[in-house]
Amino acid sequence: MSAEKRALLEGNHATAEGAIAGGCRFFFGYPITPQSQIPQYMSWRLEELGGVYLQAESEVAAINMVYGAAAAGARVMTTSSSPGISLMAEGISYLIGCELPCVIVNMVRGGPGLGNIAPSQGDYWLATRGGGHGDGRPLVFAPYSVQELYDMTGGAFEIAERYRNPVMILGDAVLATMVESCRVRPVPEAPNAYDHSWTLGSGLAGRERRIINSLYSDIADLEALNLRLEARYAEATERETRWEEYGADDPDILVCAYGISARVCETAVDRALEQGIRVRMLRPISLYPFPSAPIAAWAEKVKHCLVVELSMGQFIEDVRLAVEGRCPVSLQNRLGGVLLTPEDVLERLTTIKV
Amino acid sequence: MTVLYEPPESLTDTVLRYCPGCGHGIAHRLIAEVIDELGVRDHTVTVASVGCSVYAFEYFNTDVVQSAHGRAPAVATGVKRVRPDDVVFTYQGDGDLAAIGLNEVLQAATRAEKISVFFINNAVFGMTGGQMAPTTLLGQKTTTSVDGRTLEHGGYPFNICELMNQIPGVAYLARETLIDPRSVMSARRSIMKAFRAQIDGLGFSLVELVSTCPTWWHMKPLQAMQHVRDTMLIQYPLGVFKDPYAEG
Repeated sequence: MSAEKRALLEGNHATAEGAIAGGCRFFFGYPITPQSQIPQYMSWRLEELGGVYLQAESEVAAINMVYGAAAAGARVMTTSSSPGISLMAEGISYLIGCELPCVIVNMVRGGPGLGNIAPSQGDYWLATRGGGHGDGRPLVFAPYSVQELYDMTGGAFEIAERYRNPVMILGDAVLATMVESCRVRPVPEAPNAYDHSWTLGSGLAGRERRIINSLYSDIADLEALNLRLEARYAEATERETRWEEYGADDPDILVCAYGISARVCETAVDRALEQGIRVRMLRPISLYPFPSAPIAAWAEKVKHCLVVELSMGQFIEDVRLAVEGRCPVSLQNRLGGVLLTPEDVLERLTTIKV
Repeated sequence: MTVLYEPPESLTDTVLRYCPGCGHGIAHRLIAEVIDELGVRDHTVTVASVGCSVYAFEYFNTDVVQSAHGRAPAVATGVKRVRPDDVVFTYQGDGDLAAIGLNEVLQAATRAEKISVFFINNAVFGMTGGQMAPTTLLGQKTTTSVDGRTLEHGGYPFNICELMNQIPGVAYLARETLIDPRSVMSARRSIMKAFRAQIDGLGFSLVELVSTCPTWWHMKPLQAMQHVRDTMLIQYPLGVFKDPYAEG
């Protein structure tokens, strides 16, 4: 196997290559800006690798093809953007209800409705509050660089398999289209099947038939599924909660931001530190499970918590739940596809009384 | 003692919960017999749908995945693309296939997806309480067309086979019924050819089975069979539309 190498990659292409490095050989998708480059890339790349790319007739069909492929034991992915993810909600719920692993990438655009194709974080609730009907949710990870798009998408297949649950990668229009240097791993030969005891169609001879189904006519059975999922999410909270911290060791202000907002805040924090403002940034990498504990710990010590997001106060709800009144929490946001600048955040930081 | 007739291996021992006089039981049995005869049970995946036929997952003694309303052909596509050597079929009612799932079935056919679809048409939504379906006949009373389907409100009944017949990706296409021994044997032959077309890699196959819903038609079973003969088959004439195995 050849060694790791560096490549200059667009975020969408890094997402696709990352998935391939993670063993994905089946892709079902439907074009929508700003992520159409992922299916475009997969259409020739998977053919090259002997996998399957299929352009579905809709996002609804795409997620259901994913469902079928996951039931048959494949490492499978679909990618879309906000309105497309809305259409997939039912299928995501079925995948959760049937305890099937898959990876779903959402390169978020401005909404509601048709909105626009500019960067937004307006799908935070859609992603973290269930992703579909019923009691269950995808695990959600939020990269903030091309490298993280590559690494997290690849790693998401293992996580999806471990918890038998869909994993969603939440990007945005900037991450999707920006170009950065990226460390690329050698592509594994044929890691395209989970090969688990529950997958369909591997041959019935010598075993009982297998059923993948989310219909629970007996109420006790459905409650048992709900509790099983809850236990699994508790385990994921133990093992998969991820975040990064950056800045002053004895901060007065804690900045909470994820994804592209965190990328903007990093520069703002650097400049604030130069001006003597004691600020620390906490960047959730997993949005579900949410890093509540470290936020709560800092909330004990800081005088203020500033939440920066490109949505109408969606992310701040989780921060407030973590802070639980230990310190004031305020919001800085832009909407409709407008990107915050480091200057915006810096200016705000200078006005917070500590 | 010689056993002359026994349940097919491709059906489980579970007692069917379908209403008396419903065609699902006959359709299940025919499909299971054909799977047995072809000897493919150990690599067949059944895709159950939503509606009364959701319970197919309990009855077919194969691997089964249950799909969302209308999405069975998309789910079957996912399974088949991962396991191209397996036999994959969907079992769908008229609400599932002709209403909410029309796009998925047309697109799967257009892709010449190598799956088989068994379409049970009893012109009514059974599971949800006898509402009007796309295939409901003009004048037919349902719980959402209490005075009978009218052109003004409900439009025309939907003829799926005639629509599917336009699609080059369809390799085998037939409309059968289950109202007497002769039609049952004919339906069995069509089901066999639909599976063969898949196994031979010829493309998509669909068999429509014009069936009964005595409960929501408010008829006795025999009366329902007669209703199919007298009324349903006028709107939905029987026939083999495409047959790659036809002689001559």
